[in-house]
Amino acid sequence: MTKTFSLDRRAFFLGAAATGAGLSIGLAIPVNEAHADAVAPEINAWVVVKPDDTVAIRIARSEMGQGTLTGLAQLVAEELACDWSKVTTEYPTPGESWRRKRPWGEFTTGGSRGIRTSHEYVRKGGAAARMMLVQAAADAWGVPAAECKAQNSVVTHVASGRTTTYGKVADAAAKLTPPANPPLKDPKDWTIAGKPLKRLDTRDKTTGRMTYGLDVKLPGMLNAAIRECPVFGGKVKSFDAARVAGMKGVKSVVLVGDSAVAVVADTWWRAQSALDALPIVWDEGANANVTSASIAQWLHEGLDDAQPAFVGNANGDAKGALAKAAKTVEAVYAYPYQNHATMEPMNATALWTPDKCEVWTGTQNGEAAFAMTVAASGLPPEKCEVYKQMLGGGFGRRGNSDFVRQAVLIAKHMPGVPVKLIWSREEDMHQGRYHPTTQARLVGGFDANGDLTALRIRISGQSILASLRPEALLNGKDMATFAGLTSSGDAALGYSVPNLLVDHSMRNPHVPPGFWRGVNVNQNAIYIECFMDELAHATGQEPLAFRRKLMKAHPKNLAVLNAVAERIGWDKPPAQGVYRGIAHHMAYGSYVAAAAEISVADGAKIKIHRLVAATDPGYAVNPAQIERQVAGSFVYGLSALFYGECTVKGGRIEQSNFDTYNSMRIAEMPAVEAIVMPSGGFWGGVGEPTICVAAPAVLNAYFNATGKRVRSVPLKNQSIGFA
Amino acid sequence: MLTLTVNGAAHEIDVEPDTPLLWALREQVGLTGTKYGCGIAQCGACTVLVDGVATRSCGMAASDAVGRKITTIEGLADGGALHKVQQAWIDHDVPQCGYCQSGMIMAVVALLKDTPKPTDADIDAAITNICRCGTFREARAAIHAAANA
Repeated sequence: MTKTFSLDRRAFFLGAAATGAGLSIGLAIPVNEAHADAVAPEINAWVVVKPDDTVAIRIARSEMGQGTLTGLAQLVAEELACDWSKVTTEYPTPGESWRRKRPWGEFTTGGSRGIRTSHEYVRKGGAAARMMLVQAAADAWGVPAAECKAQNSVVTHVASGRTTTYGKVADAAAKLTPPANPPLKDPKDWTIAGKPLKRLDTRDKTTGRMTYGLDVKLPGMLNAAIRECPVFGGKVKSFDAARVAGMKGVKSVVLVGDSAVAVVADTWWRAQSALDALPIVWDEGANANVTSASIAQWLHEGLDDAQPAFVGNANGDAKGALAKAAKTVEAVYAYPYQNHATMEPMNATALWTPDKCEVWTGTQNGEAAFAMTVAASGLPPEKCEVYKQMLGGGFGRRGNSDFVRQAVLIAKHMPGVPVKLIWSREEDMHQGRYHPTTQARLVGGFDANGDLTALRIRISGQSILASLRPEALLNGKDMATFAGLTSSGDAALGYSVPNLLVDHSMRNPHVPPGFWRGVNVNQNAIYIECFMDELAHATGQEPLAFRRKLMKAHPKNLAVLNAVAERIGWDKPPAQGVYRGIAHHMAYGSYVAAAAEISVADGAKIKIHRLVAATDPGYAVNPAQIERQVAGSFVYGLSALFYGECTVKGGRIEQSNFDTYNSMRIAEMPAVEAIVMPSGGFWGGVGEPTICVAAPAVLNAYFNATGKRVRSVPLKNQSIGFA
Repeated sequence: MLTLTVNGAAHEIDVEPDTPLLWALREQVGLTGTKYGCGIAQCGACTVLVDGVATRSCGMAASDAVGRKITTIEGLADGGALHKVQQAWIDHDVPQCGYCQSGMIMAVVALLKDTPKPTDADIDAAITNICRCGTFREARAAIHAAANA
């Protein structure tokens, strides 16, 4: 079971089948388990069974720590009825997918979609393979398949007691016609899926054997370091290659597109050292005077009702009801730019010849990396290939292929020579696709009985889709901006308010935005859940009871909220000096809630004693890994709350490394209790949703502790930190 | 040319003396289990043992490592037997993306050498590695388990 995955040899054979030239290069890549398995029969696109009964399950989505590799394998193995201890996994290549007309569907790995949008077809892949293996065994025995059953990679003819194994009938099974629509097990009958199994990829991650994109080695490979104009939209005016041409190991200085310069050398350290010594003059362009303050001012102007805005959710007459309200409460919140800061900086290795372009990279979107390879190489798709590597973190950043484009453009300068491009941490900080910045003005209106009659939310700020996927805008509107605040869908608002208006004044600064773990729900959950607390306190109502009054039509939201309230003991007073906060949200198809217990020293040093989280993802494919995603989500969410901010000065990002862009350490990690409570009937994601409830639960507890309402992130700007 | 003693073997390498030990290990010696995360000794992904002391190899010049015993993640297992910290990491299913884990494991190995039964406070003081996936909860449990193994 622990015999796992780096760059899988078979996956490489698939990818290299079109050309003998690539084969020798592929074999030079370190493989963890060098089996001569290229002849093992493919039962269908999802399942390969080897003579020793080892099963290789194909995984199209990318593993970046979230556990999708193991979870998807569990779903296939469940229907395949195979021996889990003999399961391995492999990545099909995007080029193979293109040539075979996408038998694995989407490769995209983002939006917590890995399992929730592919569970049905991967399970059918496993079920079809099982039926073919059973049929092959039945054919060999001359009995009807209906008289046979499969379990643990063994086929048994029940009446006669004869048995065989998957490995023995795999060749015959591979020749059968796949069943069109195999029936699937009821999840209540699962024996592999739904269980808290260990991850498949752990051992090599503890021995240094796991290879990430940064670790790719190819014969004759050179290394490249790059610097792109730090002012977004700027260009290279000139550079003085002669100044570094004589430095040890330097091979070439390359203009990449019109905005970046790369140094190619025998080692990366020599390339980066030369790059640091290379004089580059930038044409910084139109954005060289933009600052955080100028962006904030522009966004603030968008909070004015008179400014045009896209409506994301509305019912009743919010403006009219607010005008008639007995009491109104108003607050303005803000959320900054943030970098993903994956532990592994962006990188890609490319080998270009006039006949073939190959790329090795960690990507959340293999098909986009492939399309970028095609575009940048100038070669047709049949002459391109991408070999996905383990990701040293993704968090949305590796859904982009900007670094793939750079690597291919550099490699084109040296045909036949593989070039590994690695970004320095500084380049990674300066060339992010940042969590977008927004502000929000929220107004609540009460009647004389203290019931909330109206809620008005004006969001002002940046759209991700307008920059990355303009085709997904609806007449200019970015619905993703309203995540967690919509009337329906996979991130719907968990409250019913008689008069509601949520709208968005779209303002897109020049800083490039990107999808980011959790992304729009991260700020929207702070806005709505802290403001709900404000509304309760402003009218003398207990915050949980106040929420419950508005959640009668939202039973799943209420269930997770009640679960954390009960576990933390909300109806009993906390220990002396300890204060509680609570929050809930819907995100990525799942319902999540958190309750925090904190103490605060000197009004500014927060000790988080305990965080209780509840998650209803519909179905829990691996509860143990869901728990780990919940605990990890708190680290990502609390790092963002306490430390996360990229500021803009001179049109560029000021932070350059972890000394100026901090992240939580183990000393700051609170005790986390994860309640996984799948209620069935829908499929939600787990990699991201919990992040968004981390901050509001802690901020609401901070208010209870200090009476101070914090309405902007990060806390470090207000001299608030971890105790 | 200089000679580094890594995981018990001498490696004569062609490297400028001021090259960070991290890059000499990765590019000249060829051991890529030690990771690059920041280059300024902030994140700990590049942690190795130098004469048994947890050291951020991005901040040490290769020439300063000459004549000293360097242990990397690849040298931790004794033949086929994993180090007890590696085993605890597997038992507790600690790694997520795994990229920072080599460095964190090496830091824990050094901690347990100096402090065989660390308290939570000892762990908080000694283990300052950044993990963006957020494996700290499982890591803490694994450290205690390794200490009691």
